[in-house]
Amino acid sequence: MDPTDRMDFDRDPGDLAGDPGYADRMDHLDRLEAQSVYILREAYKNFKNLCMLWSIGKDSTVMLWLARKAFFGHVPFPLVHIDTTFKIPSMVEYRDRMAREWNLTIVFGKNEEALAQGMNHTRGRLVCCAALKTSALKATLDGTGTRYRVMADGSYVPDANREPYTGVIVGARGDEEGSRSKERYFSPRGVDNDWNLDDQPPELWNQFKTDFAPGTHIRIHPILDWSEVNIWEYIQREKIPIIDLYFDRGEGRRYRSIGCGPCTSSIASCARSTEEIIHELKNTNVAERSGRAQDQEDPHAMEKLRRDGYM
Amino acid sequence: MSTTHTPTGTGEIAAREQMNIVIVGHVDHGKSTLVGRLLADTGAIDPAKIEKIRRICEQQGKHFEYSFLLDALEAEQAQGITIDAARCFFKSARRDYIIIDAPGHIEFLKNMITGAARAEAAVLLIDAAEGVRENSRRHGYLLSLLGIKQIVVVVNKMDRVDFDAGVFETIRAEYTAFLEKLNVRPAAFIPVSALAGDFVVERTAQAPWYDGPTVLQAVDAFDKAPRPEARALRMPVQDIYRFNRLGDTRRIIAGRITQGTVHVGDEIMFLPGGKRTRVASIEAFSAGTPTQAFAGQSTGITMAEEIYVQRGDVMCTPADPPRVSDRLRANLFWLGRQPLRRGRTYKLKLSTYSGLCELEQIVDVIDASQLAPSGHRDRVERHEVAEVILRLRKPLACDLSHEAEDTARFVLVDAYDLAGGGIVRDVLDASGDDATARWTAEAGSIDRPLREAKNGHRALLVVIHDDMDQNGQALAGALEESLWSSSHQVFRVALAKDDLHKLGGGQLEMKTISFARTAALLNAGEIVIATVPWAEEFTHHEVLHVPGLDSVPRFQVRFAIGGGTSEADDWVLDPAQEPRALHDDIKRRLGEHLRRA
Repeated sequence: MDPTDRMDFDRDPGDLAGDPGYADRMDHLDRLEAQSVYILREAYKNFKNLCMLWSIGKDSTVMLWLARKAFFGHVPFPLVHIDTTFKIPSMVEYRDRMAREWNLTIVFGKNEEALAQGMNHTRGRLVCCAALKTSALKATLDGTGTRYRVMADGSYVPDANREPYTGVIVGARGDEEGSRSKERYFSPRGVDNDWNLDDQPPELWNQFKTDFAPGTHIRIHPILDWSEVNIWEYIQREKIPIIDLYFDRGEGRRYRSIGCGPCTSSIASCARSTEEIIHELKNTNVAERSGRAQDQEDPHAMEKLRRDGYM
Repeated sequence: MSTTHTPTGTGEIAAREQMNIVIVGHVDHGKSTLVGRLLADTGAIDPAKIEKIRRICEQQGKHFEYSFLLDALEAEQAQGITIDAARCFFKSARRDYIIIDAPGHIEFLKNMITGAARAEAAVLLIDAAEGVRENSRRHGYLLSLLGIKQIVVVVNKMDRVDFDAGVFETIRAEYTAFLEKLNVRPAAFIPVSALAGDFVVERTAQAPWYDGPTVLQAVDAFDKAPRPEARALRMPVQDIYRFNRLGDTRRIIAGRITQGTVHVGDEIMFLPGGKRTRVASIEAFSAGTPTQAFAGQSTGITMAEEIYVQRGDVMCTPADPPRVSDRLRANLFWLGRQPLRRGRTYKLKLSTYSGLCELEQIVDVIDASQLAPSGHRDRVERHEVAEVILRLRKPLACDLSHEAEDTARFVLVDAYDLAGGGIVRDVLDASGDDATARWTAEAGSIDRPLREAKNGHRALLVVIHDDMDQNGQALAGALEESLWSSSHQVFRVALAKDDLHKLGGGQLEMKTISFARTAALLNAGEIVIATVPWAEEFTHHEVLHVPGLDSVPRFQVRFAIGGGTSEADDWVLDPAQEPRALHDDIKRRLGEHLRRA
């Protein structure tokens, strides 16, 4: 057989040029949205015990909005939040209010043992993150820690479902930090939440890893391809109600990335609206997480945290 | 205190065009350096990030290199090679780029493919001093298999050959001839020194004989592939939703349109089944009431009549349907740890279809680096490319690779891992049912009681009569996982409508292959969870008959639709119940059957 015979895989793209039927009707936000929705639906179809991590921040709030797009107004899985008890107070207030307004199922967990022993950032920022975020998250995901459910009346009661989540939807973005750019959309994690970065499964043509060994779980990253500017452009376009910590409320400062009070600092900025934030971002080259103190402790801080299960 | 901020104003943000490009080539031909250069010279890198990398270099006693900007991970820096397809971003005057730096090392071919499969265009690097190498050819071949037609070739490290026009022309002639065989015509060949920055973003005086574009100009000249909205409609069904929550009773067929356009009122057909109806509505959240949906969109429709549709079906128009077959001729690349073997069974996924297939024949194995057929074999080794014939257990709807993209591409899964990918070249006629014999239960010297004793539990048949939303399938899946994690030998048989005969007296019987398979599993002492699909021609009180296996205990579950039940039912469920929550209940009801020895 002549090998060239089967190499003719494609049509000449020139055939299509000039055909008005091929006009491109989707802009880049439309494409990002369509892909994220596809990924969310694949996750819902393939995982029985599925949850979404919601940090209250802009990225995972956009992801939550995308879930409502994917499921036509519903969010058919629980949202998991890790409460370090050091979060900026209005974050919890916002969380509980959105739970009511959007009919969300919210489950949160915390490392009660470490908190009882007085863990805080003065014992070392990375030590504190490992205890109050990574350990708390692991215990909440595998069901060994208490999961509190936010009830309609605002009370918190332990959740009856203690089964491990086998699919965990996470709002990581590829442009955020070096190690995150290596993620797959569907990324397997071992029994200890570890991430085997040197041997990741291939992923192509929207075929994701949904077959996995017992005891392992899959992290799903629907907004991996979004940049920080895309997030704000989408918040603007969709009019997504976002927590107001991101905006200057008259003090000439705002948060660019939000987390625990003691380790998150605001930046000097007069951006009061989404448009102003987008304008500001398009004219800066300062790293998004520059206000996050734990990153500065060690040049490989984030990768080390992530290998152990940090988001 | 207000804690939300709802954006106001109607100020349109001018959305910039975005393009994914991949950089591929032989190991050490300088991909990471080129990308680092592109990022630095287009001003895309945060100075703090460069500072961070410089600090790491200092700690490790190394000189700063542009490639370190990408090799951001410890593991990579230790080994000095790119492991995975990193993503980074830069801008030109024309558009925003996501650049995927794909590894050149053969061990990481799966990462190269992962990167390249997402790209719209490719930059292929060749080292001027080393010339065209094995992976230069392999990557060229894979790019054509992945359907990437816009390619620019960068001849890098020209500084090492003193920007000799003769060296450049020799490589251009050799590689052009190779790509010609793949029907690939690169947009440009560019002489570059990524290290020094010549012809990456800046045009320098180093090669006065060269009057072509810089790398940045060449990628800027690429065109976005237009969405194929005018082609025949294809929407692989991804899921069927009926949330029954907050007053929402819509039954929505969800999926992403891969090509074509659909309007409210259009006549639609679902293949391979062939059922037809009309589009009653196009559903969306927070986007008004659309009257049409088009290629690229993730959407959902409701139907004029409730017909049985399942994930993997392809929605099309009756006038222009895809092909339906259970035998495919395909070209594929293989990445599996174990070779792809003739006679073995794999899971095939094409769009949302997923089903078992057997490798019937290896027509040819092609040495990708030479494009020479290497004769007939019974297996395809890791990193090889082959032409094969696949036989599927259940028919699928697909297109051929010269007709469509998404509906003509598939992957093969071996155990838990995606192990290969390919394109459908042709569909073949089914050639009889000669696979049947392989599934027939044979009596051996080790009988069922012996196997049951070893398994620690008895064989059991759980039959679940499904509803039209596949709640039964969901329950079966949950039960299987639950039993498996408590060390039961369990197997799930999802029967399709085509697997069943309707007999008189309310009896259903499985066709040969399904029956033989179920019988073999039960004879092996396994717990078999069989789901009977909902179908309008079954009147909701049929009972699945399994001749010859009456001694195996059975438990029958039915999602009651319109009140139809049978005396043989052990448990009748309301379809509105959330099936995923029911598996503990069913385990309790199975009780004694599940007792472990």
